[in-house]
Amino acid sequence: MCLGVPGRLVELYVDGDLRMGKVVFGGVAKAVCLEHVPEARVGDYVLVHVGFALARIDEAEARRVFDLLETLGKLDDVGVP
Amino acid sequence: MKFLDEYRDADAASTLVSAILRASTRRWVLMEVCGGQTHSIVRYGLDELLGDAVELVHGPGCPVCVTPLETIDRALAIASRPDTILCTFGDMARVPGSRTDLLALRAQGADVRIVYSPLDAVAVAARHRDRRVVFFAIGFETTAPANAMAVSVAHRRGLDNFSALVSHVRVPPAIDVIVDAPDNRVQGFLGPGHVCSVLGTSEYDDLSRRHGIPIAVTGFEPIDLLSGILAAVRQLEDGRSEMENCYGRVVRNEGNASARGLVESVFDVCDRKWRGIGSIPKSGYRFKDSLREHDAEVVFDVGDIETEESTECISGQILRGLKKPGDCPAFGTRCTPSTPLGATMVSSEGACAAYHAYGRVRLGEAGNGAERGQRLPLVSLSGGGDGARERGS
Repeated sequence: MCLGVPGRLVELYVDGDLRMGKVVFGGVAKAVCLEHVPEARVGDYVLVHVGFALARIDEAEARRVFDLLETLGKLDDVGVP
Repeated sequence: MKFLDEYRDADAASTLVSAILRASTRRWVLMEVCGGQTHSIVRYGLDELLGDAVELVHGPGCPVCVTPLETIDRALAIASRPDTILCTFGDMARVPGSRTDLLALRAQGADVRIVYSPLDAVAVAARHRDRRVVFFAIGFETTAPANAMAVSVAHRRGLDNFSALVSHVRVPPAIDVIVDAPDNRVQGFLGPGHVCSVLGTSEYDDLSRRHGIPIAVTGFEPIDLLSGILAAVRQLEDGRSEMENCYGRVVRNEGNASARGLVESVFDVCDRKWRGIGSIPKSGYRFKDSLREHDAEVVFDVGDIETEESTECISGQILRGLKKPGDCPAFGTRCTPSTPLGATMVSSEGACAAYHAYGRVRLGEAGNGAERGQRLPLVSLSGGGDGARERGS
């Protein structure tokens, strides 16, 4: 139910009094309400839930789990029990 | 797809599983709160990779599952009115009420429409000013901003034919109920990432402190889930109990101020009944008095509805982490996704439905095999593969 899918914002527009955008998910484009992510710009990735962007995806934070993995991988390589 | 594929990588998953097995000196019991997380865990078989290090029990986090039967019956009664259009999310349309479900009602001529966004329901109301348009507004805090926006936009645009049947639930009071139970087994939680993207992490900080229990706020992909499990296990091994945000790419500690503000302007907190669990104080949202003209329970007088739940169903114990689907004698036989007896089987994100979908049915007791899907393998990014079908939560 709380399905949230990341997609790339490719276009901004206004529908009546609502800030909207076109967001592409692996080739499929959908109209998404951007009222809750005023900071989002074309080219950003946003997390979309039931037609609403809830967050701009933070690329620096996204890398953190891979930094952790790199550290863990090194532990694996040296055979830490 | 970026931000999905790399979080399904088999090598990364295997590194995290090794780290969890290495960190754990005993078997810890963790509960994932959200139904989307349950679905992902069972779909990728993550629980089976963790051996004796971690037992995952499945939490109450599927809003479709916990919507009371009488609320579904109320939606059915409203949809049966001739001058009415009922709009709903697709996963709610299939849930059986006492006698029928919304899709069956539509087949008999009722105007039931499946919408992707709550704003689609507002558009239906604008196109059909001579009909009453009702949106079945369910969900956790994740969905509340979208549903609140629909009501707010309809109100602003003067669409007095638009109303919503609200059955909104809030996660933190349910965690209190689980942890406070005398027979509680849960030692740490994987917190609901998308709920926290809206409300932030402060309520989970508070829960963690009050109960002395680790909460790792976690996403929905295999790598997200395994890194949340690792964080919770490390805390338990170190004797720490903190809120730890393991989903920083989406969750800011302060949440989404705009979304939260809108929810607070449309809804008040209220007591709410959860299917399988019962009434939980302050665990739901209802319309503010100033918006009651859009409250379908006020607009439509459908009277009191009496319902009877199965006495055999153990979903209440499953939702609180006390039992697993396989503990139920009806699982996969008298209770299947097409003939569900209770909360955890009615929606694809319920624990019983997820176990059934991915083949956790006891041999010789399988229901209709056509209902079951294939478990997805984790994909090695270096080796390619097409297993990374889109799935968020």
